[in-house]
Amino acid sequence: MSVVQEDERDVAAFPGQRPPRASVGSHRVEEEVFGKAYDPKTVRRIWAYVKPYRLKIYLSVAAVLVFTATQLAIPLIIGNAIDTGLVAGGDPAALTWAVGAFAIAVLFNFAASWVQETQVGQVAEHVLFDMRRAMFAQLQAVSLSYMDKTEVGRLMSRLQGDVNSMQEFLETSVISVGDLVLLFGIVAVLLSLDPWLGLLTLITMPVLFIIRIFWLPPAKRAFWAAHETNSLTAGAMAEGINGVRTVQNLDRQKVNFDLYDDKAYHNLRTQLTGSKYAQVMVPIVDSLTGISMATVVVVGGAMVLNGNLQVGVIVAFLFYIQRFFDPIRSLTMQYSIMQRAMTSGRRIIEVMDLPTVIEDKPGAISLTGAMDGSVEFRDVVFGYDPKRPVLKNVSFKVNPGETVAVIGPTGSGKTSAMALVHRFYEVQSGAVVVGGHDVRDITQESLGEQVAMVLQEPFLFTGTIFENIRYNKASATRDDVIAAAKAVGAHDFIARFANGYDTMLEQRGSNLSLGQRQLLSFARALVADAKILVLDEATANIDSYTERQIQKALEILLAGRTGMVIAHRLATIRGADRIIVLQNGEKIEEGNHDQLMELGGLYSKLYNMNYSSFDDIPDEMVAQANAKAAST
Amino acid sequence: MITLKAGRERSRGDARDHVAAAHAGIGMGPLKRISLYSLRHPFQASLAIGATIVASILQLSIPRLLGQAIDQTQTVLSVAGEGAQEALIWTAAILLLVSVARGGFTLVQNYFSESVGHHVGYELRLAFYDKVQRLSYSYHDRVHSGDLITIGLLDLDGLRMFFATGLVRTVLLAVLIGVGAWMLLSTDLLLGFLALSFVPFVAWRSSVAQLTLRATWLILQEKLSVLTRVMEENLGGIRVVRAFSGQKFELRKFDVASTDALELAHQRVMVRVKNTSMMTFSFFVAMGLVLWVGGNKVIAGEISVGTLASFLTFMTILQMPVRQLGLMVNSYARASTCGERFYAFLDAPVEIEDKPEAVPLEISKGVLRFEDVHFTYPGASVPTLNGISFEAHAGQTIGIVGAPGSGKSTLAHLIPRFYDVTAGRVTLDGQDVRDVTLASLRRSVAVVQQDTFLFTTTIENNIAYGDPWAKDRKIERAAESAQLHNYIMGLPAAYDTVVGERGVSLSGGQRQRLSIARSLVLKPAVMVFDDSTAAIDAGTEHRIRSAIRRFASDRVTMIIAHRLSSLMHADTILFLEDGRIVERGSHEELLALGGKYRALYDLQTRPTDDLEAAQ
Ligand SMILES: Nc1ncnc2c1ncn2[C@@H]1O[C@H](COP(=O)(O)OP(=O)(O)OP(=O)(O)O)[C@@H](O)[C@H]1O
Ligand SMILES: Nc1ncnc2c1ncn2[C@@H]1O[C@H](COP(=O)(O)OP(=O)(O)OP(=O)(O)O)[C@@H](O)[C@H]1O
Ligand SMILES: [Mg+2]
Ligand SMILES: [Mg+2]
Repeated sequence: MSVVQEDERDVAAFPGQRPPRASVGSHRVEEEVFGKAYDPKTVRRIWAYVKPYRLKIYLSVAAVLVFTATQLAIPLIIGNAIDTGLVAGGDPAALTWAVGAFAIAVLFNFAASWVQETQVGQVAEHVLFDMRRAMFAQLQAVSLSYMDKTEVGRLMSRLQGDVNSMQEFLETSVISVGDLVLLFGIVAVLLSLDPWLGLLTLITMPVLFIIRIFWLPPAKRAFWAAHETNSLTAGAMAEGINGVRTVQNLDRQKVNFDLYDDKAYHNLRTQLTGSKYAQVMVPIVDSLTGISMATVVVVGGAMVLNGNLQVGVIVAFLFYIQRFFDPIRSLTMQYSIMQRAMTSGRRIIEVMDLPTVIEDKPGAISLTGAMDGSVEFRDVVFGYDPKRPVLKNVSFKVNPGETVAVIGPTGSGKTSAMALVHRFYEVQSGAVVVGGHDVRDITQESLGEQVAMVLQEPFLFTGTIFENIRYNKASATRDDVIAAAKAVGAHDFIARFANGYDTMLEQRGSNLSLGQRQLLSFARALVADAKILVLDEATANIDSYTERQIQKALEILLAGRTGMVIAHRLATIRGADRIIVLQNGEKIEEGNHDQLMELGGLYSKLYNMNYSSFDDIPDEMVAQANAKAAST
Repeated sequence: MITLKAGRERSRGDARDHVAAAHAGIGMGPLKRISLYSLRHPFQASLAIGATIVASILQLSIPRLLGQAIDQTQTVLSVAGEGAQEALIWTAAILLLVSVARGGFTLVQNYFSESVGHHVGYELRLAFYDKVQRLSYSYHDRVHSGDLITIGLLDLDGLRMFFATGLVRTVLLAVLIGVGAWMLLSTDLLLGFLALSFVPFVAWRSSVAQLTLRATWLILQEKLSVLTRVMEENLGGIRVVRAFSGQKFELRKFDVASTDALELAHQRVMVRVKNTSMMTFSFFVAMGLVLWVGGNKVIAGEISVGTLASFLTFMTILQMPVRQLGLMVNSYARASTCGERFYAFLDAPVEIEDKPEAVPLEISKGVLRFEDVHFTYPGASVPTLNGISFEAHAGQTIGIVGAPGSGKSTLAHLIPRFYDVTAGRVTLDGQDVRDVTLASLRRSVAVVQQDTFLFTTTIENNIAYGDPWAKDRKIERAAESAQLHNYIMGLPAAYDTVVGERGVSLSGGQRQRLSIARSLVLKPAVMVFDDSTAAIDAGTEHRIRSAIRRFASDRVTMIIAHRLSSLMHADTILFLEDGRIVERGSHEELLALGGKYRALYDLQTRPTDDLEAAQ
């Protein structure tokens, strides 16, 4: 089985060379993962999510302290048991006392660890879910101009990766309070048991600190690189999955495989480097432990030998030594976790602080079905990039109950204009007025309920056909859904599925033809039962026959409602009361069919030529039409 | 760029070997299969395992040495002398040596077991990626991309770490617990039993716990994937959400999915906590017993203080690995479920691939033929195409019209073999498309898909997607033909402008033209435009058509469209209805026929009033 095809283009023309302009995955580089370990602003903001659970946090910190105390006590108790109960003939009563003390310590230990872990674990989960929800809710309000620029994958990594590292941080930070106490506790206990031996033993501790200080910067870089290449590889993989149809269509498999191989291999190298840095500390810590133990054995042994020290103390020392690198290790780990959490926290806050731009004014009006359904553009100027306007001083009015067609060459700003009716974006100057109110004075929710849209690109959710057509109109009954499907001529093909309206759609409706998807998204807009219906190329992928049937059905269904229709196929707009012609973001003509024919401008020329282009029209004619429009 | 520097020291052949090796062992259990696969790195694997054995034996000798040291201080008390001091120094020296050596061996153990894991991960990733690219449309129709991503990230991780967290840990635990038990029991039977009393309990508890955790984790993973899907589709379909003011509705969807997941996450925390606390407790109880019984034994003079101390240190050493028993069990469970899913994916039959005797397609005259083609989508009850036959020569244009769902796109997808015919055949210059290599076939057939997908990269890279070696001039020419060049040049970054995800920052028609330009870069023998001018005004379309007519003479052009002006110039027009050709002929012939095509034409050309009058 040949697994990968040889590609003649590659081998023949450019043996072994990378293609000059190919990449897999995005070329973005994530922001640094390790920033400041403590950033008061971030902490304050994050604290807001922890605060509701602060009692639990206090409780678990208390439990951690008890837990640490028992950990400190146990070697002491053992040492004490040896010294009072075992050496020099022994004392059974002292031994029993010691074992009793041990039992109590163990009970406390058990209770404390139980309390601490349940509390912390649950709080961390809660905070994780709360933060994720807050971010998700915020993203529902963030302006589209931001969302347009941001990849879904990137937001998903905020919603998943970043909240997870916050969770990890919360879980470990309580424990590291314990570690800190344990560290100081061990130092204190060792020094109080025997200052000299204690000091000698503890000498290795600063050594470890110093080593770690030198080790940390390169190690951090290595870990960061490993993290980075890992997410780049994952991103390339996700892209390969999402775009697989196009990849196969254009026969890019081989090139992509090689590029992916480069990424994955680079990732392998950084992972190995990361492992090296992580593991190199093991022998260092082990050697230092060995040195400390040897010191205790030699020096402490000599002291016992001279009768200056009891043997139980040595046992206790040896117990402590085995433990005392643990807190240092986990504390330095904690430091990195904290740095990462700060970065994650900053990113999370970044999402929460994303400008919504479009917000309801205080005291915004709520539109109801009783409004007249008029739409008016007053000198609207709008651009995605303020310096490059897409709509230039566009004015027109759609009267209640009217159907108006918007036509114009591709890229002329039709879709953008419709987006403004729904206030997806804010106008730069001028105003869009719906039902007699500036859209900026209307609550967005009520505006959305009164303006239903069929978007140029149909999008369906994973779920049944029924759920998709009904979408968020909870009050719509099954009959409403079926009626809408019938109106758009989708009922027949839906009924042909074995499960009818309960047929599950695959991702983005991929098991339907594009036209069928468009019909469903059309039906969805009908079910919304809104006063204003915006159809952006709603029948572009539908044959004229079906389209005609839809038009007839709509005539009845939409009586008394306002319609705005965008189309390239002129036949689609035949029924329109008025026609607005856009070119390069300017309205160059407006009127009903007869008026425009009489005007003898663009539209009439188009209509007569039928299949000619907007762009075939000489510039002087456009200028003429503009002049005429200006004078009236 | 970093990616280009990497990997000079290896050849492309290696990558292919890895992929082939990952496919070996079909039918084997996942654990066996991944174990054998990990052993493809025999040097590293044996170093890791060897080092594990040595390191654990060294570790076991530490309590012994400590006990010996303590006893040496004790003997000194009675038989004072220089020899004792010296003995202590010796013990300390050995202790130091053992510690250093243990550290070194642990380093080797950890590094090489991780390294095996990273290598295996790298190789499996390649195999995964390769498979994703080879599985045909029908597989990708069925499987949600989110689920594939889960397999490629999480399941692959579970599998790649199996060597370190499963196999190596098994060796470690076997040595530590086995040899440790033997040492303890042979020193003092009763005390040994007491010291080990916590082992079976902890082993059992932690295994049960991990298996429970595993089971809940699987459910949790499912719930989380629902949550992920809710979030992803919400963000991907953000315009729909906004258009319908569906924000509250979406938040409710999110809450339902999220609450479900949160509850399970809580359960997991509780299971975990209950077990770790109980395991620690049982360990300390055993330690207390050893202290008590052992203490009494010391008092009775049966054992030395040093022996007792070494028992106690033994126990601290054993505590960690015994707890890890649960992790080990978990690793087996995880690798086997992850492995099942991963290998099921890897072994999924590729419905469409080269036959063993496939030869490259040879284009001579450029004749496309459909011979009584039938097609039914997998799982569908009704056929989508029913006996389609037609022929087209280079230089000819075929137009296809028909209602939504009549099978136009399906028909087009059969030519580059995105799907295979159920019956009949599709040929190019007499060669059945199933008998030639896929690569050569797809390079000869360019389909401008109805559903435009653009990559999040520059306009230039998008246009050059099918031919990344194309010269700048060629890319510009393609853009010019697609009537996009002027627009691009008006952008501040021109060809280096990054189009947003799936091309959000472009208008519908601009997206379609970009996708047309992408296909124009290729030099195919068959070019299919699947409704790819629906969002483009007739004038622009007209200019695109005249621009590409220059190359049309040596290829078959197929145009699927609803706007008749797009295809009225075609040599033959096929009218499709429910997967059958119900009318065929040139524009004039079909008009003269006065059938369905005629009706469609009238609808598009005559004013409404005429129509109503005519009816
Ligand atoms: N989200 C966006 N961000 C930035 N620029 C955009 C965005 N959407 C559209 N544009 C640009 O604005 C201009 C107008 O686009 P619009 O989608 O309104 O055109 P249109 O008239 O609907 O065209 P078509 O008929 O092709 O759909 C185009 O040049 C387009 O590139
Ligand atoms: N991936 C798929 N899996 C199952 N059924 C499918 C799939 N794609 C399409 N179908 C079904 O096959 C039929 C034909 O679909 P096809 O996409 O070929 O239609 P079309 O003629 O291109 O329609 P349109 O004009 O809407 O693009 C439809 O009924 C559709 O529901
Ligand atoms: Mg548009
Ligand atoms: Mg289609």
